[in-house]
Amino acid sequence: MSKKEWPLWEVFIRSKAGLNHKHVGSLRAADAEMAVENARDVYTRRSEGISIWVVESKNIHASDPAEADSLFEPADSKVYRHPTFYDVPDGISHM
Amino acid sequence: MRALFDYVLKLGDDSLILGHRLSEWCGHGPILEEDIAMTNIALDLVGQATTLLTYAGELEAKGRDADALAFLRFDREYRNLLLVEQPNGDFGVTMMRQFLFDAYRLPLFERLQNSKDATLAAIAEKSLKETKYHLKHSSEWVIRLGDGTEESHQRIQEALNTLWRYTDELFQEDDSEKELVALGIVPAISEIRDAWKSNVDRVFAEATVTIPSNNWKHSGGRKGMHSEHLGYILAELQYMQRAYPNMQW
Repeated sequence: MSKKEWPLWEVFIRSKAGLNHKHVGSLRAADAEMAVENARDVYTRRSEGISIWVVESKNIHASDPAEADSLFEPADSKVYRHPTFYDVPDGISHM
Repeated sequence: MRALFDYVLKLGDDSLILGHRLSEWCGHGPILEEDIAMTNIALDLVGQATTLLTYAGELEAKGRDADALAFLRFDREYRNLLLVEQPNGDFGVTMMRQFLFDAYRLPLFERLQNSKDATLAAIAEKSLKETKYHLKHSSEWVIRLGDGTEESHQRIQEALNTLWRYTDELFQEDDSEKELVALGIVPAISEIRDAWKSNVDRVFAEATVTIPSNNWKHSGGRKGMHSEHLGYILAELQYMQRAYPNMQW
């Protein structure tokens, strides 16, 4: 018997209408169809979702953790990018 | 009504015994994902068995509930198909057994939704959703294995060679069922057979497996005449209830 492993897939679940798909974990499957079914069986057996996306893990391109300093730290000193400097008049709802 | 009790008992026993068989895979699946898939299906079937046997107990009106029917009958009183009590074998045998059964259950539940018996119709409607998924799962595996490697093809073909002889029993209709058909409670078995055959032919063509030409067909489960395998299943299934009567958890 060969010990070759099936490809790895990342699973994203939409928990209810209007919300976005969130990454919930990964699994192994031979093809996309099997990946969706496995995701259904492994990740939605307690009614966690209404929609499933699967992406083969090799197709995900990630940022390099070693570059985190140069990528993300510069934003830390730029609080003015948050819209927190406006006075909201009383009586304005849905802000 | 005696005929309806018998019929619901048959459906319930099919679900119970196949559910138990599948549950034997728990912790032994070829991969974690498939292990969970098979136990999910087992739980669906045990759930169906609970509903069906509860209803059978009500129809009988002798005070037997689902547990009494599931755990406290003798082997000759079980009415399940011989197909569902067959051993798991390798994964191919399990998937082939499941496919042959799911392909029969789907058209059956589809038609039972329109049963003149409201409870049976409601049970069929709920179970149909589960069965659709079971059939999708099992037919994809039959195709994947049949159209896969040389070894997987050979194994799924052998599985079909072993199990085909039990499929005739799926479509045997006794007098009490004919009575229910006449009352509009149960669909004619010929309709189920046609739907089953066309589905089976389509999947086998895609899986490149061929129906064996042996003509000897086994039957008897529906009448309580079982293979030797059922006794072992019941020994395990009934042990707790026999050893500790009325125990619950």
